Amino acid sequence: MDLHFGDSKPTDDERAAVDALLGPPESSWEGADRSDADLRWARGGREARDRREMLLPGLHAINDRIGWISDGALDYLCRRLTVPPAEAYGVATFYAMFSVRPRPATVLHVCTDLACAAAGASELCAGVEARLGHGASVQRSPCLGLCERAPAALAVRAGDPVRTAVSAPATVEAAVLAAGSPDSAPEEPPAAMAVPQAGDPALTLLRRVGVVDPCSLDDYRAHGGYTALRRAFGLGPAGVIREVTDSGLVGRGGAAFPTGRKWQATASQPDHPHYLVCNADESEPGTFKDRVLMEGDPYALVEAMTVAGYAVGAHRGYLYLRGEYPRALRRLEHAVAQARARGFLGDDVLGQGYAFDIEIRRGAGAYICGEETALFNSIEGYRGEPRSKPPFPVEKGLFGKPTVENNVETLVNVLPILTMGAPAYAAIGTDRSTGPKLFCVSGGVDRPGIYELPFGATLGEVLALAGVRENLRAVLLGGAAGGFVRPDELDIPLTFEGTREAGTTLGSGVVMAFDDTVPLPRLLLRIAEFFRDESCGQCVPCRVGTVRQEEALHRIVRRTGAAAADDIALLREVGRAMRDASICGLGQTAWNAVESAIDRLGAYE
Amino acid sequence: MTVTSLGIPRRLLEFTIDGQAVRMPEGSTVLDACRAAGKDIPTLCQGDTLRPKNACRVCVVEVEGSRTLVPACSRRAEPGMEVRTDTERARHSRKIVLELLASSVDLSTTPQVAAWIKEYEAKPDRFGPDTARLNEEPKIDNDLYVRDYDKCILCYKCVDACGDQWQNTFAISVSGRGFDARISVEQDAPLTDSACVYCGNCIEVCPTGALSFKSEFDMRAAGTWDETRQTETTTVCAYCGVGCNLTLHVQDNEIVKVTSPHDNPVTHGNLCIKGRFGYQHVQNRD
Ligand code: SF4
Ligand code: SF4
Ligand code: SF4
Ligand code: FES
Ligand code: FES
Repeated sequence: MDLHFGDSKPTDDERAAVDALLGPPESSWEGADRSDADLRWARGGREARDRREMLLPGLHAINDRIGWISDGALDYLCRRLTVPPAEAYGVATFYAMFSVRPRPATVLHVCTDLACAAAGASELCAGVEARLGHGASVQRSPCLGLCERAPAALAVRAGDPVRTAVSAPATVEAAVLAAGSPDSAPEEPPAAMAVPQAGDPALTLLRRVGVVDPCSLDDYRAHGGYTALRRAFGLGPAGVIREVTDSGLVGRGGAAFPTGRKWQATASQPDHPHYLVCNADESEPGTFKDRVLMEGDPYALVEAMTVAGYAVGAHRGYLYLRGEYPRALRRLEHAVAQARARGFLGDDVLGQGYAFDIEIRRGAGAYICGEETALFNSIEGYRGEPRSKPPFPVEKGLFGKPTVENNVETLVNVLPILTMGAPAYAAIGTDRSTGPKLFCVSGGVDRPGIYELPFGATLGEVLALAGVRENLRAVLLGGAAGGFVRPDELDIPLTFEGTREAGTTLGSGVVMAFDDTVPLPRLLLRIAEFFRDESCGQCVPCRVGTVRQEEALHRIVRRTGAAAADDIALLREVGRAMRDASICGLGQTAWNAVESAIDRLGAYE
Repeated sequence: MTVTSLGIPRRLLEFTIDGQAVRMPEGSTVLDACRAAGKDIPTLCQGDTLRPKNACRVCVVEVEGSRTLVPACSRRAEPGMEVRTDTERARHSRKIVLELLASSVDLSTTPQVAAWIKEYEAKPDRFGPDTARLNEEPKIDNDLYVRDYDKCILCYKCVDACGDQWQNTFAISVSGRGFDARISVEQDAPLTDSACVYCGNCIEVCPTGALSFKSEFDMRAAGTWDETRQTETTTVCAYCGVGCNLTLHVQDNEIVKVTSPHDNPVTHGNLCIKGRFGYQHVQNRD
């Protein structure tokens, strides 16, 4: 590789930010002063290229300290990591939370997504834009995962250290205050506030949220923590996989693939090392369950990852957390450090001779990185573009090695499977959808939040728990990639098979209620805008198709019946090709919700 | 001279294309098989010297048991596969892809695409007058080649050719994302400030004419570019001992551009700056 660097120099701050992450440079090849040795030795090669996976953390380091990524800073980072500057520029410009143009140190991300839009996000945006002067920039953001407290805003102030503050439910004053002095913004309510059932002894997955101290390993252990891992060591890897298979657990991220089968397929790969990846890039609009789990019971995820790593023969687990979750990041960093210090992670977990450690990787604002293979690229320091399958991750995943990837909720289910045993777990729910399920209820309900119910509860039951209001107009199931159902369809059983039979999807467990004051065409436009914004741009049906669909929806915002017919036909034709020919699930599902609104709700009749 | 490497003997796979039984060596793609069977599958981002990127999705076919359509250019053939190339479903996606592309970029210099647009009855105009287009100005920042990204379909071929697949220079990459994604050098700077070494291997693989010789660009602008009046002569580069093959494109007794045969087992169509652009001395008559 023949690298060419520009002549822009980093500032002292920029250099310090990078060096704090990577350590001081050793040679002039990577930006240090020239020494005698440099005249004789070349550096780089494979060893340096192996550090490419530090690219995303490096970009974060600069962006956190300075607020944006200058030419000189990017160049210096590239020297340190032997990454071609053009590629690093491609990566930096891929993520919404990075800027390669100067901007104020404080950025206020104001959510404009569905739940927040329904709760007045546009007034909030207009208000803060009018009030915030040059000291801060306002960035309209997709769902911040705080939908139960809509409308939401997240302030990020660059510096050493970076400061963040969340304002939700946000008023103009509160959001301006958070941006103006993040340190003195009021503390966020505890995670348990998002769990209306908190403390109910019948809960399984949420049982510790609000009960346990999320910062105390001892408290976690006092509440049953680490019994699952001990049982796992007793069973051995094959035994754990057998339990998980017998439990009937399927992935909770939306695809509903049997977890046991995935683990088995990875465990049996001859190629090594194996990797475990926890997908905590919870970016589906309307979804916030993983955040609440991670903030309220972080050790549970650390333990569950250890169990999963043990089962599939991995010694390293990557936890890929979306960049918009500062509190979850703090809690997990703390939990991982504590677990490591106390021998629950490291070279010899619990004295059982099994080595396992967890590395946390922070996303930077890209919904597509929740796609399993895009997530690998993101960790590896490439653009978060999905790879084409086959080969599947169990064969060639992270760093081209056999990898198991599960989302947070799926992994956390493994703990009760091991503590109560597969048969008892499988007895919860229905025959084909076993176990408990988390639902993220938001929108027009009195008690929005995360609800845990056994699979098989009906949509109406979930909504009743959350206090659905009178004038319900529509329910969005499964998030922006899911589908709308009508208020007369509330007896749909919330199982994978039940929603499929009803011609809709459970997706990630989103239940978003809209009353008849919400302008449906505007909502659909927001969904289209979301997908157009979040398309990685790799394949034509998605890159251009999402744009053409948004244009058509713009044209018919105020039209119905025959006047909208042409554009609806166009939406259908483009949508069909997107579903059939896009590379990944984003393009394939981008039109689902709008289609369901046309077909089931008669949105433009 | 064309040398076809036979390689080690490979197992034959049996499967069907449009109901007909076919046998192909292991490792073949569905596209290889379709072409061997005489099926006409449109392709844009597939490149004969590059790993398939399967980004354009114009080559999609139906494979029994697959939920979505399958890109023929990258999917490896498997025994027992049932491939259907010309179903209504596959034709629909190809038509839409052609419409989406043709409505957003300038395909006027993309070979073959006009015929496909006709065959699939694609109507790129039907998205109305407010249709978003790329609307890029050509980037003319050096005397060797022009980047006219208004014609770019983001096939990634130039990125792959400049990067780890051939040139190892990594001067260009994709920046931005979604509809705003563009091929660019770092900081979107002029090419002259980048790592580019002007091998022109990206021009060699570009399927749309988004990358072209300055000579070609200027002649097109002047209306004097005329392929029917051009001859192609393949010869050996005289600059160094590697011995790359050059194909000289000559119009009116002037070299107007230089390409290189892709089936050459040594260079696979790649050249360096001298072979690609250093032809002025040939026509220097002073
Ligand atoms: S479907 Fe969209 S997000 Fe997925 S690869 Fe294609 S362009 Fe990227
Ligand atoms: S410039 Fe040409 S080769 Fe490069 S991506 Fe665009 S169309 Fe493809
Ligand atoms: S093209 Fe370049 S490498 Fe090839 S023979 Fe000519 S001078 Fe040598
Ligand atoms: S936080 Fe605004 S919609 Fe989720
Ligand atoms: S030619 Fe196959 S996807 Fe482009």
